[in-house]
Amino acid sequence: MADAICRVLRDGALEGEHATSLTINDSVDSPFGPIVFDYIFTQLSSFISSEKSQSRGIVLVSFARSPSSTAELLNTRGTDIATSHQWLSVLDCYTDPLGWKEQLKERGAIKTPSTEASLNLNLCKDVRNLDDLFSQILVLGKGLVGEGKTRFSVAIDSVSEMLRHTSLSSVSSLINNLRSHAQVSSIFWLLHSDLHDIKTTSAFEYMSSMVANVKPLSTTTNAEQNYKKGQFHASLKRRNGRVRVMVEEFSNEQSQIKFTSMNAVENAITQSLVPKVQFNMQLSDKEKSDRAKVVLPFEHQEMDKSVQIYDGRKSLTEVKHESNGENLKKQEEFERGEIIYFRDSDDEMPDSDEDPDDDLDI
Amino acid sequence: MNRPATLLDEALGFDDGESNSRQRRVGRVFLVEDCVETSGAFVLHHLIKRFLSPNHSSSDSVVIFVAFAQPFSHYDRILRKMGCNLAVQRENKRLIFFDMLMLECPDDDGVEGGLIALYGNIHKAVEANSINKNITIIIDDISLLEVAANGSTKDVLNFMHYCHTLTTQFGCTIITVIHEDIYSNGDEFTLPIQMEYLADITLKAEPLVTGLAADIHGQLTEVDLEKDCGKAYNAIVFKNERRR
Repeated sequence: MADAICRVLRDGALEGEHATSLTINDSVDSPFGPIVFDYIFTQLSSFISSEKSQSRGIVLVSFARSPSSTAELLNTRGTDIATSHQWLSVLDCYTDPLGWKEQLKERGAIKTPSTEASLNLNLCKDVRNLDDLFSQILVLGKGLVGEGKTRFSVAIDSVSEMLRHTSLSSVSSLINNLRSHAQVSSIFWLLHSDLHDIKTTSAFEYMSSMVANVKPLSTTTNAEQNYKKGQFHASLKRRNGRVRVMVEEFSNEQSQIKFTSMNAVENAITQSLVPKVQFNMQLSDKEKSDRAKVVLPFEHQEMDKSVQIYDGRKSLTEVKHESNGENLKKQEEFERGEIIYFRDSDDEMPDSDEDPDDDLDI
Repeated sequence: MNRPATLLDEALGFDDGESNSRQRRVGRVFLVEDCVETSGAFVLHHLIKRFLSPNHSSSDSVVIFVAFAQPFSHYDRILRKMGCNLAVQRENKRLIFFDMLMLECPDDDGVEGGLIALYGNIHKAVEANSINKNITIIIDDISLLEVAANGSTKDVLNFMHYCHTLTTQFGCTIITVIHEDIYSNGDEFTLPIQMEYLADITLKAEPLVTGLAADIHGQLTEVDLEKDCGKAYNAIVFKNERRR
């Protein structure tokens, strides 16, 4: 299902529509948002580098992670850094987001840091100016795909950092401008939902065509499990207006995330449980056919036979077969059988208003 | 390496092989969360000692200590009891101590200026020692840093972000302390959560749910975001022995 999301991002936007957009929400209880982000980023970039997607380039706006760790990530996933220049641009908002280092450098307090040029890097020195940021993203994207109709993707890691520096309205206007831009194919971002109020998270969900929530397995399971596994809830808004909701489980193994569908998980659970049960829950074919032959009580009533209800006495048919003398005697007994009931008084209605419990001593 | 490893060392990964443990600690962010009932200061002292002690890690380790909570003499006294002489380390330039007890950022404009200056000092100290591989920055504590910044959470987080850039640029390790319980009401709760997002290893000292006991002061929970195997989770019950 995470792959379904990647496919939708790969297919991008139709002409005259907004770019497909994805919000990834996580919280401190299950802090796998960055790992899910990495997964989607690497999947999408492999589509882009092999030219299987609508977009031909990706602009990574990196707030929470250094460019060197992005390079490391691409390296571990087997992407060639040297060729990444053709399809990847990184807008580095991590190294010096507020221009402090620039100020200190001007004063001569610190030296110029050596920058590694392995990735296609651009440094942003004032993240508070979102207009500037917007134009920088467009310049980088157009630098990858050129002017015209070729599209590119945008990844923002993370929006929570942007919200710290500026207001919700300016961040949402930036994202809206990107979504509606003719050259943007798809856009996705990470949001730490517990840092913001509901207003903020829902504002971002309105702007996205897909929402992925990373949640802990359940609140009752022990904490250790929650730091290795989690649930992945995703909702996809389709073009026809339908919303597809899916749940998957994921586990984090060797810095890679693995998704398993919930059905598979349930099957695994039942399979692991069955041998432990001492009863035989399954029926063999012979047992099934034997069971089908059993005549249930009253089933014979519609088959022209007399109604037989056993009332504890000998049945009439059996009685007939017995000796005549006894038979007569019995017949008389049967005729004499009647219920005699005398009402105590005519004035008194049955079940009068007298309290039936008044003799109880409570 | 014959020092008997305590449970705390084990949890922090100080007991395993030299190269492994060094790999594990370098470039990470430690966050010690404590509360009034159970102070987490002992974890901080333990970490100072571990990062300074010459026969465990290599002797080229340098600790940059930014103190908002206590004067130098306080740490010196405690660490001396633990067998680590801070005054000597300071003379050997292996401990760089910033006394920030008096730091005050006057008004709104001065907050950022003050923090930039502090960051500049730290950056300069890191740069000067960058030939040494192991630099540890200790900030004690974030809550008082926030007080010094006139309660501006945003500026504190910006400052911490810049400190975090040092971990990737120079491979520094950062150790910070935050008092969690003073943020527990209202929307002010975001600072501890923000710090948890920033941290790789969170050590949480809290009292036992079952109440106070004579022998046991509380429990320490470690949440470790490791690169390879998700998060490990350790709970240690600790006992604060009376000092004679």
